[in-house]
Amino acid sequence: MGDAVQLLIGTRKGAWIYRSDEARRSWAVTGPIFLGQIINHFVVDPRGSGTMLMAAKTGHLGPTIFRSTDGGATWTEATRPPAFRKSDDSTTARAVDYTFWLEPGHVDEPGVWWAGASPPGLFVSRDDGVTWDSVAGFNEHPMYWQWAPADFGTPDGPLLNQIAIDPRDARHMYLATSTGGVFESLDRAQNWRPLNRGVEVTFGPDLYPEFGQDAHFIAVHPLNPDRIYQQNHCGIYRIDRPSNDWTRIGKSMPPDIGDIGFTVLAHPREIDSAWVFPMDGTSVWPRVSPGGKPAVYRTRNGGETWERQDRGFPTEQAWFTVKRQAFGCDAVAPVGLYLGTTGGELWMSDDEGDHWRRIAAHLPEIYSVTAGPAS
Amino acid sequence: MRVFVPSQLQSYTAGATQVDAVGRTVDEVLRHLDKHYPGIRFRIIDEQGRIRRHMRLFVGADTVKTVAQIVRTTDELLIFGALSGG
Repeated sequence: MGDAVQLLIGTRKGAWIYRSDEARRSWAVTGPIFLGQIINHFVVDPRGSGTMLMAAKTGHLGPTIFRSTDGGATWTEATRPPAFRKSDDSTTARAVDYTFWLEPGHVDEPGVWWAGASPPGLFVSRDDGVTWDSVAGFNEHPMYWQWAPADFGTPDGPLLNQIAIDPRDARHMYLATSTGGVFESLDRAQNWRPLNRGVEVTFGPDLYPEFGQDAHFIAVHPLNPDRIYQQNHCGIYRIDRPSNDWTRIGKSMPPDIGDIGFTVLAHPREIDSAWVFPMDGTSVWPRVSPGGKPAVYRTRNGGETWERQDRGFPTEQAWFTVKRQAFGCDAVAPVGLYLGTTGGELWMSDDEGDHWRRIAAHLPEIYSVTAGPAS
Repeated sequence: MRVFVPSQLQSYTAGATQVDAVGRTVDEVLRHLDKHYPGIRFRIIDEQGRIRRHMRLFVGADTVKTVAQIVRTTDELLIFGALSGG
């Protein structure tokens, strides 16, 4: 297996698989898979089964989950995709518009997967993605409609956009939502509480509400799960548990770049290292590379300082950005970074961000990039 | 009854553009269809039993507004993917 890498790419118009050689220099492509389907997330089980899951829908058809157990050669469909409980109350009857996030369960729970959806919903599978159940602990929580108001959310709808599990404890989970911010469970999703203290909200009357934040992405550090980085709608934050207070580490970003973006990536080995891909969050929120000059910013000291890493990227007139799940890394030394752009380009760095090169272009808008060892 | 399958759903019917199904209501017809072509119903109808926003169903020339609509064996059910953006 060596250092060869596999990239699972989900786009607005289908999925692709890129597999590299040992040097990560040459890439072979498979695809398109499910051409025309909107693939919000495309992941492989890292726990050994190798099962691949893909969250799909189309402009016309309702959402579903596709599964492959042979490395993406053949696919079947979940027999019961994520769906809310049937309700007789038309004011609270929800239907999954699309599944946005797929999370393999804890390593001690093979076959368990979690899914997040729009409108915000949490779902679990106990049979490796074949059937899915609504998780009442969140979806029927007494505070649900305060945490996930129906008329509140992103242009593509409100999201439960991420699920993270403490690798030390399957009961300890985090959610990120676009409507309520971050939530924590200590009892394996049976109950939840907001975890947003110190996170600013610039789009409402209360600067520091208990909930109501838009948590674009959280990165629970794999080596020290008490360290969590967050790229929020209103800045870059960090928390060190058991503290309940987030610290805005994006204030140390260059003022002309700012600290707005969709995603943040933790270094797989260095606790104080992380990367972000800033976007323009000024005026009408263009959500493009600031000044048309794409760059990754890296911190090596937990957010005290940031360094610009743009060698290889276009130096002008490049207006793409990188969405929530479109920034990933391998675990090779040095770490390889991979990002997919809204302009359908796939970029990589094989030296932890110092140099970048484009490995694919002309794909549809990229929604997700998952990197891992090639099988 | 005869059911006309749009291109978006022909991956479920092995490419067939028309299939036969039985039922006294649109809902029963779609559930019958789902037994033969697993997964097809959920991509047309959501978990609350509503026709999805970008799908259109007709019995003959009449728009189906609810899956409770009664059908006859001589009717034809037409399923379309509506305009849904780029």
